[in-house]
This record gives sequence, C-alpha cells and structure tokens, in this order.
Amino acid sequence: MTHIELRGVEKHFGALHVINDMNLVIEDNEFVVFLGQSGCGKTTTLRAIAGLETIDEGDILLDGKPVQHLKAADRDIAFVFQSFSLYPHLTAFENIAFPLKAMRFARADIEERVRSVAKILQITDLLEKRPSALSGGDMQRVAIGRALVRQPKAMLMDEPIGALDAKLREEMRAEIKRLHIKQGSTTIYVTHDQVEAMSLADRIVIMHEGILQQVGTPEEVYQRPANIFVAQFVGSPVMNMVAADVGEKGKKARVGIGGNGVTFEFPAETTNKLSAAGAQPGDLSLGVRPEGVLISPTAEPGYIEVTAGIIEPLGSHDIVDLEIGGDMIRARTPSGLVSGPGQQVWARIDPVQAHFFETGSGRSLEIAL
Amino acid sequence: MAVLAKLDAGSPAARRGWSDLTIRNAFIIPTIAFLIIFNIFPLIYSLGFSFTEYRASLNRPAVFVGLANYRDLLSDPDIWRNFTITAKYVIISVGGQMLVGFGLALLLNRTFPFKGLITTLLLLPMMLSMAVVGLFWRLLWDPSWGPINYALGLGKFEWLSHPTNALFAVAITDIWMWSPFVMLLSLAGLSAVPQHLYEAAAIDRAGTWYTFRRITLPLVAPLLLIALIFRTMEAFKTFDLPFIMSAQSVETVAITLYQMAFQSWDTGRASALAYIVLIVVVCITNIYVKYLNRLRER
Repeated sequence: MTHIELRGVEKHFGALHVINDMNLVIEDNEFVVFLGQSGCGKTTTLRAIAGLETIDEGDILLDGKPVQHLKAADRDIAFVFQSFSLYPHLTAFENIAFPLKAMRFARADIEERVRSVAKILQITDLLEKRPSALSGGDMQRVAIGRALVRQPKAMLMDEPIGALDAKLREEMRAEIKRLHIKQGSTTIYVTHDQVEAMSLADRIVIMHEGILQQVGTPEEVYQRPANIFVAQFVGSPVMNMVAADVGEKGKKARVGIGGNGVTFEFPAETTNKLSAAGAQPGDLSLGVRPEGVLISPTAEPGYIEVTAGIIEPLGSHDIVDLEIGGDMIRARTPSGLVSGPGQQVWARIDPVQAHFFETGSGRSLEIAL
Repeated sequence: MAVLAKLDAGSPAARRGWSDLTIRNAFIIPTIAFLIIFNIFPLIYSLGFSFTEYRASLNRPAVFVGLANYRDLLSDPDIWRNFTITAKYVIISVGGQMLVGFGLALLLNRTFPFKGLITTLLLLPMMLSMAVVGLFWRLLWDPSWGPINYALGLGKFEWLSHPTNALFAVAITDIWMWSPFVMLLSLAGLSAVPQHLYEAAAIDRAGTWYTFRRITLPLVAPLLLIALIFRTMEAFKTFDLPFIMSAQSVETVAITLYQMAFQSWDTGRASALAYIVLIVVVCITNIYVKYLNRLRER
C-alpha cells in the first residue's frame, strides 16, 4: 500500500547533472520500469529513492511523507542489487532471515516467514547452502526472498537479472512478473534492456542524460514515442529515421525522403495536419518501424521500386535493408519474401505506422494518420 | 649436438649452455645448505642436548640422562611461575594489540584528508628496532624524571624495578610497538569487505552495531586470526623488550631460558626448556590454524 512521488529531484556528481528536475508519481501496486542507457541516471534515481544516495534538491515522498532526509534503514524499502549482495558467510536461510533478525523478530516468526517466502520462490531445499554454492538464478531468488520477507513498503530492483545468462534471464523475468501479480507490492525496476521493460512494466519511465523523456504504458511508448530518442531506444530493430519533406501531387500528399526526389504516397490530410502541428520545412523527420515498411515482390499501386541490400534471416521473419533515395531503410518481411541482395522489390510506408518529429528538438509532432 | 638441438636455441639458458635443471639447482642448493647448517642441524643437535647433562662452558663430554631434564623442569614451580608470567604477558599484550590495532583500523577505514600520511605515521613504531624502542621506553617509564609518571601524576612510582608493574609496563610498550601490525592486517581485511554488503545491510534495516557484529566482524575474522597467530607466537617468546627494559625483572620463559643457557651455562636443561617452549607455541598455533581453516571453509 505505497505511493511514491518524486518532486523536482536534482542530483549532481561534481559537474555531472545526473538527475535533472525529475517529477514522477508511482501508484500503489504499480510495476514501474526505469529504462535508459547506462549512465542516464536511472540507477541513481533508484538509489536515491532507497536512501543509498542523497539528493541535492527536491522531495521524495512515500505515502505523501517526505523521506529524503531519512536513512535507508528508516524508509522500509527493499532493494535487490544487480550483484545480488548476498552475505557470503551466511546460509541462504540466514540471508533471508537477516532483515527480520535485525528488526528483532521472534525466532518462531522468523522461521515461519522465511519458510513461506522460500516456498513461493521454490528454494526450500537450498536454504542450508551458502551463496558460493548457489547458481546465479538461485542467488537472485535468495536476494529477492530477502527483499520480500519483511513485506516492505516498496520493492526496488536494480537490473536484478542483468548478470544472468539469456535463458535464465527469460525465466526469471516471468518469475518476477508472476511474483508481482501474486504479492502486488509497489515495484520499481531498473533496466537498460527494452524487451525486459516492455514485458514487465505497467508503466515505463524512459530516461536519457538525467532527463525524463517519457512515461507511459509499454504500448504508449512503443506506438506514440514522445521524441526521437524514445522512438529509437524502444523497439528492435531500431526505428528508421530519415529527413523528410512534404509536398502535394494530385489529391494525395507525397512525402519525400533522402532528398533525391523519392516520394511516398500519404493521405491528403497529412499536409494539413503537419502544418497545424507547426512543422517547419527542413526541420522534419519521418520515423517508421521496420514493420511499417511494406514490401511487395510485384509492382502495386502506391509502391515504389527499390533494391534490396543485406538480409538478416531471423527465423520468424527477415530484416531487409532497402536503399531508398540515398537512405538505408530497414523493413521487416515474412521469411524468404526477398530471396537475396540486389533483388528488385516494391515498397511503401504505411501512413498509420509513420511518426513525424521535429529534427532539431527531437519532439514528436503527434500526428496520427 | 643432438641434445643441443632439442633445446630452444633462442632461450637464454641454451645460449649460456645451462639447462633449466642446472639453474634451478644453482638457486636451491645454497638455500637448502644454509637452512640445514643454521636451522635444521642446531635444532636436531639441541634436541640431543636436551637429553643430556651438559655445560657448553666446560670442556667435558655430555652425559646422557634420558628424560631427567624434562622431568625436573616440569616439576619445578619456578618454571611454572615463568610460564604463568608469560601467559599473563601474552594475554595483556596481544589482547591490547588486537583491541588497539583493530580499533585504529576501524577509525582509518574511511576517507579523510591526509589518510595516507596518518596511516604511515601510525605504522612507524613497528618499523623501529626493538632495542631502540626498549631503550626509549625505559626512559619514558623512569620513576624520577620519566614523562609517564609526570603526565599521570604518579610521583615516583616504580614501574620497571617492580616485577608486576614491569610486566604491565613492558606489555604496554609492546602494545605501542605492535598494534600497527594488527592495524595493517585489519585494514586489509576491512577494505576487502565489499561496500555493497553494507548497503544491503542498511536496506535490511540493520543498525550500526548489528552490522558490525554480523557483517564486519565475521568477514574480517580470518585476517584478525592471522594477526593473532603472529602476535601470540612473538609475544610468547618475547625477549628483547623485557631484557632491555626491566633488567630481567619480568621473568618470562625466554628470559629464564637465556639465564639458564648463557648465565648458568646449563646447556642440557636449557635445551629441554627450549623444546618445551617450542611444543607449547606449536600447540597454540595449531589451535588457531584449525579455527582459521574452519573460518576459511565458508
């Protein structure tokens, strides 16, 4: 039952502005993921909420009460470290029991709570082992157990599965999600892996160079990125981003890319919507995800002829590089649709999946076609 | 030629015509020879003496007496008194060093200005010669004009000429000299405790004392134990400080041994006492080492 709020939080490390005027409200039982490249301030923000880092300005509120002057121990927030940070000289049981013992719980109570958490995490038969005898996944289960056992106000996780191998990571990801649904505590999770963020989050908070870029559900940040950074950070392969200019031809709008006179057909209202949004000629970028680039092996109306470049076969689909007007655009096609480099194909851009941005500021013009 | 061809022509050994084996022997044989002549031979020779009635000062052959020397020594109340004094000395001196040394290490285990300089200054006592330390502290403890009596307002308190007081005075001097050693090992242990464990403990709502008792102490324990082993061994056979400072009024085993061997020239009996001391030290050390190995297993 915890509500976390950040108000105008600022933090400097010397000349480095790590957190820049951060404002954020995290609702009770919400699973929020801080996403960003390394060094973007996401971990620092998390550590500041936990009390492991001081802030220079602003307020951190837990259930409406400012806590920025409280020590970590007095905030009652659990934290799962990337390095697990298990106590090497204690068994798994003693590790999980540590916070309870520190708070002087009765022995029988400790025993009961540790056993029940161990049961949820399926580590009951590992309780007598020391961390050095555990695998990475089991160590992280113990670390999560240590966080869960005292029923904290909130759970903070700093890249908790970053140190695990790919397969285990997928497994633990599902487990963390299952656990959150079952336990339902307010959770903040830090990662640089956008797949992890998309699959876990109720809401994603995207940070870049200490500045909050966008807050939204996974669908929102994917479908309606607020700026070029978010558009290119979320989604794999990366969203195509090209300089664009808009003209008219007949009843349709034409969007030219690459400056070589190559134009794609867009609905007529595109021009009006763009000028209403304040788009300036020469300051316009078109973003389209690879699945928004439609490809046909034969000539079709509205499609233009292009040459295929490198093909990355990924099993379920292929990623094909297309050379269009001097720009390289990547398209996602069904496997085997394009047989090899150099093949002539026909392509168009799906207007519904097109995003327009101001090139200079990076801001999205929020045009929906 | 066939043998030479097998050697790597580029290796320095081949160029000088020395094989690896020759080089190895050239380094090892002198060392082994030194060890045998100056350590192993006297050890065995003195073991032989310990079963005889022999005086190195007289030109008379040793007479074999079996275990008589050991029997005499172990039933001699004076020897037991020496061991008791030594035990007291070990407990006071090593206990003091562990407390002061570990305490200093805890204070130094953080960042503050001039940390390196202060640490180096604190290490100075242990770099001094034992004889120099003994002579200086004899002046400090002097009853009529020593600064210690002056500072404590004790008048003409007799430190070094009174056996019990001298024991304390020598032990305190030893603490002053060797606490830095414990401090050095403790600092190494403390800085090896990962910072993230302290963060985890803070998150787990552990207080300062609880964190110290459950995290710091267990993780530093192996190095503390090593310091304890070294200092116990040294303190048990302490000789220089009591010899220089107290004119032999602190009768530790080593002092008695010296008197027996080089003042009364009772070589056979002294050899037996030396062996008893050796066995005691080995036993104590073994207890520590066993405990250390148990700590290491975790």
